[in-house]
Amino acid sequence: MSGRSHSHRPNRGLQAYAALFMVFLYGPILIIPLFSFVDALYVRFPIEALTFRWYGELWRREPVIDALGNSLYVAAIVSVVSTAIGVFAAKAIARNRVPGTGAIVTFMMLPLVVPGIIFAVAILIVLNRMGVALSLYTVMAGHLVVCLPFAIWSLLPRFEGFDPSMEEASGDLGENGWWTFWRVTFPIMAPGIAASLLMTFTVSFDEFIMAFFLSGTQQTLPIFVWGQLRFPSQFPSILALSTLILAASFATVFLSLWIGRIGLPKAATGEIPK
Amino acid sequence: MTEPSDPLISIRDVSKRFGTFKAVDGVSLDIRRGEFFSLLGASGSGKTTLLRMLAGFEAVSDGRIVIDGQAMEEVPPHFRPINMVFQNYAIFPHLNVRDNIAYGLRKFRPTPAQREAMVDEMLDLIKLPGYGNRRAHELSGGQRQRVALARALILKPKVLLLDEPLGALDKQLREQMQLELRLLQQKLGITFVLVTHDQEEALTLSDRIAVMSKGAVIQVDTPTGLYERPKNRVIAGFIGNMNFFDATPSSTGSPQVDVQGLGLVAVNGRVRARSDGATTLIAIRPEKLALHSEAPVTGGVAGVVQALQYLGGRHMVHVTLAGRDTPVAVALQGGQADVTLTPAPGQPVWISWKDDAVLVLDAD
Ligand SMILES: Nc1ncnc2c1ncn2[C@@H]1O[C@H](COP(=O)(O)OP(=O)(O)OP(=O)(O)O)[C@@H](O)[C@H]1O
Ligand SMILES: [Mg+2]
Repeated sequence: MSGRSHSHRPNRGLQAYAALFMVFLYGPILIIPLFSFVDALYVRFPIEALTFRWYGELWRREPVIDALGNSLYVAAIVSVVSTAIGVFAAKAIARNRVPGTGAIVTFMMLPLVVPGIIFAVAILIVLNRMGVALSLYTVMAGHLVVCLPFAIWSLLPRFEGFDPSMEEASGDLGENGWWTFWRVTFPIMAPGIAASLLMTFTVSFDEFIMAFFLSGTQQTLPIFVWGQLRFPSQFPSILALSTLILAASFATVFLSLWIGRIGLPKAATGEIPK
Repeated sequence: MTEPSDPLISIRDVSKRFGTFKAVDGVSLDIRRGEFFSLLGASGSGKTTLLRMLAGFEAVSDGRIVIDGQAMEEVPPHFRPINMVFQNYAIFPHLNVRDNIAYGLRKFRPTPAQREAMVDEMLDLIKLPGYGNRRAHELSGGQRQRVALARALILKPKVLLLDEPLGALDKQLREQMQLELRLLQQKLGITFVLVTHDQEEALTLSDRIAVMSKGAVIQVDTPTGLYERPKNRVIAGFIGNMNFFDATPSSTGSPQVDVQGLGLVAVNGRVRARSDGATTLIAIRPEKLALHSEAPVTGGVAGVVQALQYLGGRHMVHVTLAGRDTPVAVALQGGQADVTLTPAPGQPVWISWKDDAVLVLDAD
């Protein structure tokens, strides 16, 4: 592992390019946490004074708490349902490699590449036709479409790596079905399931477009943020709110990736195989 | 009651159907206590299926399996006095080596000290002390195979089933593990049932071998038995060289057959008379043929040396016979024949054999 092979030699030019790339792409995000601590209504340099006041203001406002509650509720249900569906889908994909599986997988992965607005409008039309009133439940339906690829993506390496002879070996060594599940199947699957729950929770929690088209009177947090942007006086506390969302999302995604890799062989984690 | 001399495993007319396909077809076998028994056969011959029926992962469609005097029909895998080493080893990836080895001990409720002692004993047995804290992916193929062995052996099974345990290893390691496996089996005295498609492996390891083809057992014998009394062409070709001859019964009920290139050959009634006059297969080992530089007094067949092959310590002479396309291989052991000089290509020679050297094989 330590000796660098020819193709793994560091390349100065490439490193500089990567660094610039990161700065331009992700640098602007840093503006948000930065100005959430600035004691001014507008994003403007030079910075004069720092404050925690915007954060304090946040919690005194009922709509924020309501929107937060809605988002948590939606994300909780969507993460559980999409992970449950993802478990069956991943199991089917991994275990019976039948012709047509490839097409089905591609179809389920579509939401990753097709603009969300297309899916959102399509779902909206169908819901309208069926006469379904928009509510948090229609938002959940939209989020399910968005979250399913993430669920499958987190779970698939587990199921592809899961060898049915593990369960047989446990039976052979004297354990019945119950103990086999708790001593072998679940521990091997658990990190994948946990990763999928965290990942889909975050995706649903942060999702905007589906929620924008499909929510009724009850708003999710990203919709609330969007709505507040019209009021300049609210802007700093929106920055504070966004900072919190950002931090929480980052933390969950990293946690999810970390948990998802527990116990997987190196090659399956996307690291460069030697 | 079971006597020690009774077979440990008795398989009677066992079949396994998958839909209409018969993967195992009417197999009957007795496996003795303390025996190293192999199931040998080509891919798809039903070896794994038979093994999985012994372990209880597959239900028998017909027939009966009795292990140590107990009928197995209703016994699930986790209650059978049998353990298995899987083809891919099936080491639990979420547990380290120690916990893998100790996996089956839960039911016996050992104290932590007993558990550690038993695991240590196993780690010593498989020559991996100090590897206890490794995970499966930190082990080499050979090491995994040993862990799979230890995990099964710690439960002191009456029978250990091994499904191609050495298939994934490279040649050198495979030969080393073969030796270790044999020594381990002799040391522990446990009955081993090994599945393999490698004839050499089966022949070097086993006390007895069951040769399987298309779901059926063709022959059960010791390695020597398979060499000296093969039942068909495939088994005859397993080890060493073999000369095959097509033969036609000379007349119904005659003790002789008309062999292509050899003329009339006595087979002592070992050929069942076939009314259709179809050919039979005859085989003679090269070392059972004698080479002469002059015509023997009785029963020699004349030929011409085509080529000479040095095989380290002995020569193989290929002799062309009139009326036969393939030359006949004759092994020259030191001091065997009355050929004083090494024969040269083109030299006329005579070959002879004893009646009991002639093997009559089942038509395939
Ligand atoms: N679950 C199953 N369903 C249908 N057919 C099966 C099943 N398991 C095995 N077979 C068939 O039964 C036959 C025997 O299979 P088996 O695995 O016992 O062969 P094998 O002798 O172990 O071969 P190999 O050396 O390749 O492992 C094969 O033709 C196989 O396709
Ligand atoms: Mg097999």
